[in-house]
Amino acid sequence: MKNLLIALLFAPLAAFASEGGYRLDHSPHDSHDVVSLQAGARTYVNYCLGCHGMQFMRYDGFKHLGLTEAQIRDNLMFTAEKIGEPMKIAFPPKEAKAWFGVAPPDLSVVARSRGADWLYTYLRTFYRDAKKPTGWNNAVFPDVAMPHALWTLQGQRALEVQHAKEGHGPVQYKWLEVSKGTQSAAEYDATVRDLVNFLVYVGEPSGASRKPIGIVVLFVLGIVFIFAYLLKKEYWKDVK
Amino acid sequence: MVTRVLGGAWRWFDSRMPTVAAEWRRHAAEYYAPKNFNFWYFFGSLALMVLAIQIVSGIFLTMNYKPDANLAFGSVEYIMRDVPGGWIIRYIHSTGASAFFIVVYLHMFRALLYGSHKEPRELVWIFGVLIYLTLMGEAFFGYLLPWGQMSYWGAQVIVNLFGTVPFIGPDLALLIRGDYVVSDVTLNRFFALHVIALPLVLLGLVVAHLLALHDVGSNNPEGVDIKKVKGPDGHAIDGIPFHPYYTVKDLVGAVVFLAIFCFVLFFVPEMGGYFLEYNNFIPADPLKTPPHIAPVWYFTPFYSILRAVPPLFHSQFPGVLAMGVATLILFFLPWLDRSPVKSIRYRGTLYKSWLAAFVVVFLVLGYLGTEPTTVWGQFGFDAFFLDTRDIATWVARLCSIIYFLFFFLMPWYTARDKVKPVPERLAPVH
Repeated sequence: MKNLLIALLFAPLAAFASEGGYRLDHSPHDSHDVVSLQAGARTYVNYCLGCHGMQFMRYDGFKHLGLTEAQIRDNLMFTAEKIGEPMKIAFPPKEAKAWFGVAPPDLSVVARSRGADWLYTYLRTFYRDAKKPTGWNNAVFPDVAMPHALWTLQGQRALEVQHAKEGHGPVQYKWLEVSKGTQSAAEYDATVRDLVNFLVYVGEPSGASRKPIGIVVLFVLGIVFIFAYLLKKEYWKDVK
Repeated sequence: MVTRVLGGAWRWFDSRMPTVAAEWRRHAAEYYAPKNFNFWYFFGSLALMVLAIQIVSGIFLTMNYKPDANLAFGSVEYIMRDVPGGWIIRYIHSTGASAFFIVVYLHMFRALLYGSHKEPRELVWIFGVLIYLTLMGEAFFGYLLPWGQMSYWGAQVIVNLFGTVPFIGPDLALLIRGDYVVSDVTLNRFFALHVIALPLVLLGLVVAHLLALHDVGSNNPEGVDIKKVKGPDGHAIDGIPFHPYYTVKDLVGAVVFLAIFCFVLFFVPEMGGYFLEYNNFIPADPLKTPPHIAPVWYFTPFYSILRAVPPLFHSQFPGVLAMGVATLILFFLPWLDRSPVKSIRYRGTLYKSWLAAFVVVFLVLGYLGTEPTTVWGQFGFDAFFLDTRDIATWVARLCSIIYFLFFFLMPWYTARDKVKPVPERLAPVH
């Protein structure tokens, strides 16, 4: 309980442990992997966009992921008429709240508030829990209102939590398979990796491009430094 | 040809408004500064540069930002995505806010090192403290504008601090918020204060700070009064004109600073959650209090002091009072410091030890303010005097006491300190 409380208070600043105290896995996403970003976009549109909008992401933003306008229209654009429209959903928040107890949040910047590691672990740690109204629970986000949207891919799992004696020492997690999904464990990890990659991209579309710009800026400043330093030296020669 | 035209234009202008050239001479070309400025003397000009950066980037942000509780969060994301170059402008402004405080803290520390607050520069120091306080207000008002969870709840907490003032507190908090909770009304007035009111005050204070400085002349790492020994031209013999000597030197400092600034901006704009807090990417929700509300790092030393003071009669006012005293005591520094010498180079071990302790407790308080009080665990026993078992709270209490003793005991230990004789003149520059 104490550990849980500490972890809970810690979460905003250091996201190394989740609310549940479950150790977060390192997210292996790669913002330069365009194929992965496209795959993540497809997964998002097919499995997530039903409930979770991305009101700050426009469909034409997919062009930056190497897709043509026709490809976007045919494969991804299910909730809008025009390519410049944002990825909104038709799910009324009031009804969503009535059904799930909480309206599914917009996920435009979720990668920035939660962090990639949290998302990567969260999406892989759903388990069957008969005590929950949805029948699902999560190791990273205990008592989450969301059911496992990707369960047909991952299959169903159960979780046995073994608390160490007297609340000291690490908690042991034991995952049990209830039914198989359409993907193997490795395939599912790759699917989640792609999805997280996409979420990170949408969280900060400039994220990948700012580093190359930064290198140029620092290079130019390096040159300016040489001249500024020589200028200073020249002027200060006569100061005794 | 070009020089002739330009020269003619300048003479035409100068004969009609000689003030410009006269002021340039007074503040730059013929402002004689000591020749021995070191690393610590970069931060004055850097603070001026960051102020310019903040004003210019702020103007461009204002062109696209919407001070409306329903639109503010979205308009910031609009700036980050749809405004060409918007993300650069936003990161410049958010990095600049933290950079401003880093530069100002180092600038203030310079004064403590070399006694720049001491006679005859008391007014320079007082204007400086006013700038610092205004800057805190400016940063606080600005932090509400993105309308994220930390914006909202941080503002809620800080406005509630004013609510603890006896008798007038609740009305005071209401006056600041303009509403019973932080709301759209609050956002609008904070926007007005952030983009026009406080920047005007800040600019005025910066002018006063510089005018007061240039009237008495700059201090230096030796704490030697260079005006005592003058050359045949009537200027201090150990002084050099600010322009070109210090303009070219400060240029080097500015380039190095910009390199660090741009590194943060392009590679780690969130600075691990210290410059941009992760929770601030969740839109403000008045019904959902975040489990851990931490102010941005530059307020955390004072936030730690606030949290360290135990409540009295169920009122948090003692903590608020301690926090207020911790900042306002800076005004009295010139009179608390009774050392006959200015620079740390000629002071004794007493002042050096106290200053070192002050730096350590300031950093520890700053760190603890970013963390929950349980960060260092709890004592494993109960005792009648333990109102809280959080170890970090007790460390913060100890640090707060040292923070205040640094100031309250200063008249005693600075007067008692064994100082070394200060030379008449500066040593030659190697």
